[in-house]
Amino acid sequence: MAVKVMIPTPLRIYAGKRDSAEFAAATVGEALGRLTGEFGELRKHLFTEEGKLRAFVNVYLNDEDIRYLAKENTPTKDGDTISIIPSIAGGSTRAPSGR
Amino acid sequence: MATTIQPQTGAKPATSLSNEEILRYSRHLIMPEVGMEGQLKLKNAKVLLIGTGGLGAPLGLYLAAAGVGRLGLVDFDVVDFTNLQRQVTFGSSDVGRPKTEAAQTRLSNLNPDIQIDAFETKLSSENALDLFRDFDVIVDGTDNFPTRYLVNDACILLGKPNVYGSIFRFEGQATVFGMPEGPCYRCLYPEPPPPGLVPSCAEGGVLGVLPGIVGSIQAMETIKLILGRGENLVGRLLLFDALGMKFRELKLRKNPNCPMCGQHRTIHKLIDYYEFCGVRGEEAPAPDVQVPEITPRELKSRLDRREDLFILDVREPHEFQICNLNGHLIPLGELPRRVHELDSSREIVAHCRSGKRSAEAVDFLRKAGFRKILNLKGGILAWSDDVDPSVPKY
Repeated sequence: MAVKVMIPTPLRIYAGKRDSAEFAAATVGEALGRLTGEFGELRKHLFTEEGKLRAFVNVYLNDEDIRYLAKENTPTKDGDTISIIPSIAGGSTRAPSGR
Repeated sequence: MATTIQPQTGAKPATSLSNEEILRYSRHLIMPEVGMEGQLKLKNAKVLLIGTGGLGAPLGLYLAAAGVGRLGLVDFDVVDFTNLQRQVTFGSSDVGRPKTEAAQTRLSNLNPDIQIDAFETKLSSENALDLFRDFDVIVDGTDNFPTRYLVNDACILLGKPNVYGSIFRFEGQATVFGMPEGPCYRCLYPEPPPPGLVPSCAEGGVLGVLPGIVGSIQAMETIKLILGRGENLVGRLLLFDALGMKFRELKLRKNPNCPMCGQHRTIHKLIDYYEFCGVRGEEAPAPDVQVPEITPRELKSRLDRREDLFILDVREPHEFQICNLNGHLIPLGELPRRVHELDSSREIVAHCRSGKRSAEAVDFLRKAGFRKILNLKGGILAWSDDVDPSVPKY
């Protein structure tokens, strides 16, 4: 049961610069757990200290928001794609208060 | 079913085109999907562009060229030399001019038959409703979270469509918020990310063509809304990956519990969006870490005296290629696991581009037990200004 997790650009630096990773998982939560198990730095960007998905992180199973499915308990099947969709605000991207 | 917008009433709508306009818009007029009826809708439409930067450039150019009768431009910035890589409304001679003024000149030259209003102001909770009221469609081409939430909330309060686009490096997003049947920005992102979890500008940057593509998609959606033609992006989030050259789309649902557009709305007026986003705006970033510093001139004279100083460069390798001070390169993010490369008995001067990342590095190393470590004040930028102008600034 391989599920593909798409890692968005802003989070790739915490995931060994990978753009996606595949895991055997039966639910969305399990797949995200494996992802943050492999890339520990990702954890705080996706989950609160209590282990809940952060409110500004949107997770989709294929093209559907898991908030409208069974959230992290949403079952996955072979070949499914999980997408992490972060909020990005860029538009005119002036040098961001210059570092 | 195509969704359409209700034009704001006010001045008497135009009912005909001049011969010159007919010639100018002939490639629209010969398309049955636009025709005379559609072109008059464009002429009578009023579109407000929030931001005249990367997204605003193609938006302004295409909407002006298409004959949108009234374009409002909101921006408080001036044209900077580094804008020219992607903000194609502006030319080299515009550097230093207010963006709204430069864009107004350019767009009036492109199409003298339309009205272009420049609002040289920072969009705020105080002026947003007054600015938006006269327009049919609001297009969000801003670059920060507080303004995105402000634009969303003002559009919902006034019942205006919000044509949304945003970009990050090689990725873009676009959709249409604020239609009665569709979701709003808060349905998608109920909360902004806390400032510390937003990618830092060290990972920032944008390929110049990307805002051109995403802004063009916004312009197309705006025109479709005005014409009432086609399937627009209401309820769909279009994702564009420029590196993979792939478009994907996700379903966006109206959140029944949305505090802004849900049945039991809890937000009834505009709020302080900087406080909401946990930032005081780009003009007032969080205070920098306080660490011991050395000025570029002091560093130069100590190096000239051949003092034993170890230069630590904490930028990224691609920045090192632009210019460097012959330092030892350890990117800030790799410092914790590469500390062993440093000799704490030697005096170390850390630097980056502007001095902020290296201040974090100095702070980290002091906590790790390093005592003889200084931050180069102002970084390479200050070095170029005060010591060696041959070092390029970026």
